[in-house]
Amino acid sequence: MTTEIRRKLIVFTCFLVTAITLVPVVMMVLVAFQSDGESMAAKPSFWPSSWHPENLTRAFELVPLGKYLLNTIYFAAGTTLLETVTAALAAYAFARLSFPGRSWLFGIYLATLMIPSQVTLIPQFVLVAKLHGIDTWPGMILPHAFTAIGVFLLRQFFLGIPRDYEEAARLDGANRWQAFVRVIVPLAVPAIATLAVFKFIGQWNNLLWPLVISNSDATRTASVGLQVFQDTNGTQWNLLLMAATVTTVPLIILFFLTQRWFVRGITMSGLGGR
Amino acid sequence: MSTVAIETAPAITTPAQTRQAPPPRWRSREALTAWLFILPSLIGFLIFTAGPVLAAGVISLLNWNLFSAPTWAGVHNFARLGPDPTFWSALGSTAYFTLVSVPLTILVSLLLALLLNSGLRRIAVFRSLLLLPYATITVAVAFVWIWLYIPHDGLVNAVLGRFGITGPAWLISDTWAMPALILMSVWKSFGFGMVVFLAGLQAIPQQLYEAGRVDGTSPWKSLRHITLPMLSPALFFVIVTSVIGSFQVFDQALIMTNGGPGTRTTTLVMYIYRTGFENYDQGYAAAQSLVLFAFIVIITAGQFLFQRKLVHYDN
Repeated sequence: MTTEIRRKLIVFTCFLVTAITLVPVVMMVLVAFQSDGESMAAKPSFWPSSWHPENLTRAFELVPLGKYLLNTIYFAAGTTLLETVTAALAAYAFARLSFPGRSWLFGIYLATLMIPSQVTLIPQFVLVAKLHGIDTWPGMILPHAFTAIGVFLLRQFFLGIPRDYEEAARLDGANRWQAFVRVIVPLAVPAIATLAVFKFIGQWNNLLWPLVISNSDATRTASVGLQVFQDTNGTQWNLLLMAATVTTVPLIILFFLTQRWFVRGITMSGLGGR
Repeated sequence: MSTVAIETAPAITTPAQTRQAPPPRWRSREALTAWLFILPSLIGFLIFTAGPVLAAGVISLLNWNLFSAPTWAGVHNFARLGPDPTFWSALGSTAYFTLVSVPLTILVSLLLALLLNSGLRRIAVFRSLLLLPYATITVAVAFVWIWLYIPHDGLVNAVLGRFGITGPAWLISDTWAMPALILMSVWKSFGFGMVVFLAGLQAIPQQLYEAGRVDGTSPWKSLRHITLPMLSPALFFVIVTSVIGSFQVFDQALIMTNGGPGTRTTTLVMYIYRTGFENYDQGYAAAQSLVLFAFIVIITAGQFLFQRKLVHYDN
């Protein structure tokens, strides 16, 4: 009897906490559909008294939101693809191949792990400016595609794959490249996917770098675009929160689709911290 | 992290390798192959990560606004920090943010992880819904939070009003702007710790609790003497990463308060941004970023020293 009450209490608390947590996200969507007058009234209203789906097209007309979303995908996908591929290759060499200088080279990678991105912000900006890369895709993507974390995480994972699998392939006449592509990569799909999902969501969220590098609609991402939206249109709540909804919903969908790796990534990093 | 140093040592040879000792020629080919594998990453890493780290040191010693030729400044940029009131207030704001938001976030994460782990059937559903704020765009949700914090009749103050409390003007209040940012940040980031703690809780062997039950241990005691010690490595990890993360807080402060009122919520990273990209004082901004890095190193090293006493590792 008491365990039954206890169980009900736990379920109730879970519902309550979850409901409170979701309030900001729900309000973002609700206000996005309110009329101009209602959303700008001195006394904010919560549930829309009338629904205005045309706010969606209006938001797209005020700023090129579609272009911003596309730019965000370019930026996030570009950095993710480059980082994942190059990190997987390098991590394989660090995990499996012996060559002179391996330890100290890996040491240099590790040494940069703790350095906050603000330290590299100014030199990277100077470098990109000198190479005329401001407001270009290479200038946006390249400086954020070669961090040490990818090499570090994938190397850890590769070290855990038994060598025998590869040796068997090598005895069948496969060279290193073939062994990597046919044996290691398929086995490492969960780790590579985890890295990719984290990198993608992180870059989708990146504000500081696009803020300093992109200065036109050509490369402006959703985060910066939202800021521009507010600057140019003031705080017109229904349209501003409609724009916020439009840029957030794809990420939320992606999050639900890739949740398995997302949660695994968090726990991997968490328990790997031992 | 401690395993890293061990594993950079030459890998243990497996039986398969000893059977097939490679000829010397093959060894040098292996080195060549290795370089081919590493090169794409290494070139990018040296140009865009390692190079800029070293360059930050050089730039911090220059007077440079990007448009004219740099001149040598020596340690002048570091000396400027001492009498700069904005720097000290930014350091104070960042410390305030960190000291309140980290313990609060960890407490919320831990309580929710304990709640989800208390014999619920549909953990996964609640876990994903509670993780949702962590997977939203900071800028987008920062705008919603401005809306929630509207003075007088905003949602937050309307709820407080129900309890007879007259809420402050949050984001434009000297006293309440920083707590408002902290509350939003706790909401945005508790999911990370929650998932780490949940995984840690699920890894605790049930026998430990059963042994405790036989001895008649109270739930509170088993939390203190079984759960928390077993969870301490995860706790330590989340504390370290949260402190590093909150020292770099920027997005929500830029959008929600723009550093104000006055410089109340101007954090270190926001001050670096303003110095470098609004005042174009790149040398000074680089010096500030190195000081930020030094703080992070010192605090993290301190935490690692401190953990020896408190963190329980069973292997």
